[in-house]
Amino acid sequence: MNGPTRRSFLAQSLGTAGLVALSGLACDSTRPRTGFLGLMERVNERFERALFDPTRLAPELGPEQETNLADFPQYKIGPAFPEVPAGWVLRIGGLVTRPLYLSLEALQRFPRTRSRVRHHCVEGWTAVAAWDGVRLSEIAERAGVDRRARYVEFRSFEPGYYSSWDLESALHPQTLLAYGMDGAPLALEHGAPVRLYSAVKLGYKMVKYLAEVNFLPMRTGGYWEDQGYEWFAGV
Amino acid sequence: MSARGPVPARPLQPLSIRVTHWLDAILLGIMAGSGLQILTAFPFLGPRGELFRLYPLQGVPPPSALTVGEWLAGARHWHFAFAWLFVLNGTAYLVYLVASGEWRRRLFFPRRDALNAWQTVLHDLRLRKAAPPDVGLYNGMQRLTYTLVLFFALPLVLSGLVLYKPVQLPHLTALLGGYDCARAIHLVLMAALAVFAVIHVVEVLLHPRTLLDMTTGGPPKVEPPS
Repeated sequence: MNGPTRRSFLAQSLGTAGLVALSGLACDSTRPRTGFLGLMERVNERFERALFDPTRLAPELGPEQETNLADFPQYKIGPAFPEVPAGWVLRIGGLVTRPLYLSLEALQRFPRTRSRVRHHCVEGWTAVAAWDGVRLSEIAERAGVDRRARYVEFRSFEPGYYSSWDLESALHPQTLLAYGMDGAPLALEHGAPVRLYSAVKLGYKMVKYLAEVNFLPMRTGGYWEDQGYEWFAGV
Repeated sequence: MSARGPVPARPLQPLSIRVTHWLDAILLGIMAGSGLQILTAFPFLGPRGELFRLYPLQGVPPPSALTVGEWLAGARHWHFAFAWLFVLNGTAYLVYLVASGEWRRRLFFPRRDALNAWQTVLHDLRLRKAAPPDVGLYNGMQRLTYTLVLFFALPLVLSGLVLYKPVQLPHLTALLGGYDCARAIHLVLMAALAVFAVIHVVEVLLHPRTLLDMTTGGPPKVEPPS
């Protein structure tokens, strides 16, 4: 008498197991962190980290390669470009022995680095500008980064705007806290007073309107990353 | 049967060819569809401020019916997830092609196949009455086309690698003329493969027997005496 019941139970469990297996392998474009797409993002991050050479420099370009400033896109996440808070300072914190609070003038007293490299946007366009700023690695040295720090989180004073990076990319010699663009002070439309700029990441990782740099033992997310954009996003 | 003993009867389309062929059809569709969705985010070729003048479709987004991945981030996840499977499947096909000796009757060799390819074109265009001699599984024109497809696949993958890692692969990036040039190459090669795919499907519909062979394997192959 329990034959059919057992069979239907078996069939049901098999069906459930199949569904679970399928959903584990599913490709959901709106939730790309799950299923097969999520698995492959983790595989790809391993590949990207293995390929990343912290000493490899992106080619520095000549001034004739610069994109017209008017053609360099301006992006903002809110409806309007944010206002710089009164008494703005950049806070360097997290796992550091000496937390720093740097005004723009203090930041500009660090050795200045100019980087003119090709900018790669996730959308597929490229552009070139000359960025003036301080290498994050020099700031990290001054602050004394703890060995437990493996990630760096960049927070903007624009609400909700942030990103987190692997430490190696953040300390790359072409990763700058930039305050100048094409020889002029950084414009509000490009992230004033200070933004992150780097040759080794896609544009959406370069947080504008910086307020905080935190050295952390764990990764956090990011404004774009939390929506589903790839976390590592190296180029 | 020859005096040398029984020849292993391999079907017209061996299993390895059939499996990699159909996987490739699916994977190529996913790669092209997600690639077109990525293109939608910036449907231009060339860097900002210096768009390539030769590209006739500047600013024209691809039809959404042809896209996979729904949005930019979704499509990028599809593209970079399935790129590995696409490359693995292609590699498996090439390894089998070489190891099995199938390359001899599938690839194009100018001395052997050029005349037959030309005669086939003339015959198909009704410019030549006599059918070209039967040279086995594929005629010269098919061999030329399938070989070209393989040669297109390599720069397609290489230009894709440049778009993925332009800074970490500096030599390859320079070889292909930089990121924006590689992006144009990537799109043009995809378009070339798409044109091939359309003609291929039309030819298959004109010769439905080949569809059956590519699915079930077909009868053991009979090659004309050489």
